[in-house]
Amino acid sequence: MKSILSSRWLKVVVFLLCLVPVAQLVWKGFHNGLGANPIEFITHATGDWTLRFLILTLCITPARKLLRLPNLIRFRRMLGLFAFFYGCLHFTTYIWLDKFFDFAEMLKDINKRRFITVGFTGFVLMIPLAITSTAGWIRRMGGKAWRNLHRLIYASAMAGVIHYYWLVKSDVRRPVRYGVVVALLLGYRLAVGLYQKYSASSGTGTPKQLETAESVAHTV
Amino acid sequence: MLIKRRSEIPSSEITPKTVYMNRRKFLAGVSAMGATLAVGRELMELISPRVKALAGTKLSVASKSPFSTTETVTPENDVTHYNNFYEFGTEKTDPAEKAKNFRTSPWTVAVGGAVNKPQKFDMDAILKLAPLEERIYRHRCVEAWSIVVPWIGYPLSALLKQVEPTSKAKFVAFESLYDPRQMPQARYAGIPFPYVEGLRLDEAMHPLALLCVGMYGESLPPQDGAPVRLVLPWKYGFKSIKSIVKIKLVGGMPPTTWNMSAPNEYGFYSNVNPTVDHPRWSQAKERRLGEFFKRPTLMFNGYGDQVAQLYSGMDLKKNF
Repeated sequence: MKSILSSRWLKVVVFLLCLVPVAQLVWKGFHNGLGANPIEFITHATGDWTLRFLILTLCITPARKLLRLPNLIRFRRMLGLFAFFYGCLHFTTYIWLDKFFDFAEMLKDINKRRFITVGFTGFVLMIPLAITSTAGWIRRMGGKAWRNLHRLIYASAMAGVIHYYWLVKSDVRRPVRYGVVVALLLGYRLAVGLYQKYSASSGTGTPKQLETAESVAHTV
Repeated sequence: MLIKRRSEIPSSEITPKTVYMNRRKFLAGVSAMGATLAVGRELMELISPRVKALAGTKLSVASKSPFSTTETVTPENDVTHYNNFYEFGTEKTDPAEKAKNFRTSPWTVAVGGAVNKPQKFDMDAILKLAPLEERIYRHRCVEAWSIVVPWIGYPLSALLKQVEPTSKAKFVAFESLYDPRQMPQARYAGIPFPYVEGLRLDEAMHPLALLCVGMYGESLPPQDGAPVRLVLPWKYGFKSIKSIVKIKLVGGMPPTTWNMSAPNEYGFYSNVNPTVDHPRWSQAKERRLGEFFKRPTLMFNGYGDQVAQLYSGMDLKKNF
């Protein structure tokens, strides 16, 4: 398992897998598979995949610790960037196919409709994370600042779930399911944080390691 | 340099002789299995025919209606595969699949309340009560999409006149069938069932208000509200209640499902109105299924000449 995880090829495979949802949309688009309202179908699919990739990204840290697979870290940036990629597609569908680049109308929407306000916020919060996702930026910013900035993904994921919850008319099962998963993932971090704080103050915790860019990148 | 070439097929890939010799048997077996399946399906159909007798029956239409629009009719496949019928699931594609075996026969509609002659109509009686007309109406969903459908039916007023409403009747309350055994998805919908709707009596008696039994030349398919529904083209689609089993004439404004579920979002009247937004989205434009660009939504969905006088003097922002 560990050797598979560190294989160079696996990264290529994961990358291609991450493209499957958008490939599927293109395929369906050419084969009459998007249903009676294709634009709505595309909007929903890209929105769903944004949330799923945010969740996958948030899964990496707990999975590394709980499954003792530290190598999983290799995939976190890619998954996070794919969340941003699908978020961009989702936003593009909205601004192009829904608003037809009527930016005044868009600003009115963002201001007036809280589900769009919160969805747009979640999307905007991903932008600095995508920009600073490189090793160079971790070095430039310093580990602590970088780690703090990248905690914005928590807000982004929560915003995504609220956006979905406020959008549906009455059947809230799917947004609630996403909400439960995000709550578990954030709850895990809260629990770990509290545990570390407690063990640090009681003096039995392990001595704090020197922070390097690499080690910092691993803890968000 | 020596370059090794593998010139032979590895022995692992050579088909064993016995398998090779049996290939004809295998093919024969596969075709026999296919044939058995096909015949079996036909037999099953004979033993227990899917109850679809009513849906898909051709309806002869006596007359075209002057109320019909000349706009392009939406493809039937879109109208039958993009539905809001929450009893059968909340995804647009759910009703087409989950309502497939919906039993619409036998069916009766009980009409009572403040009337002189309460009656139970079976579908035969309903179909014969007045001459069927085809009406091509624009249909605007509260979710900002729209379709153009050739409905078949006759004015609701024809049915209501049969039962002779008394002077106490001011409103009409409608109720859909709710059968949890046939509609297991309904409990996840997040709205209460049975689905109920209501109209003011003068709205119900308006000639545009259609008691609908078919579309596209045939009886209604289950996912579009078989066997009998309302069509109120100047109101948002959810007012056009499907699969009606009860109609009651009453003195006070009856409760309506979406209004009970979210009173700030769905009013009793729910007339199509581009100037009054849904709290969560704009109603100024709509997407006609099959079109790329959105089109502006018309006041009363373009039926203002006929129905605006029903609401003269009313504040439509308050009475949304």
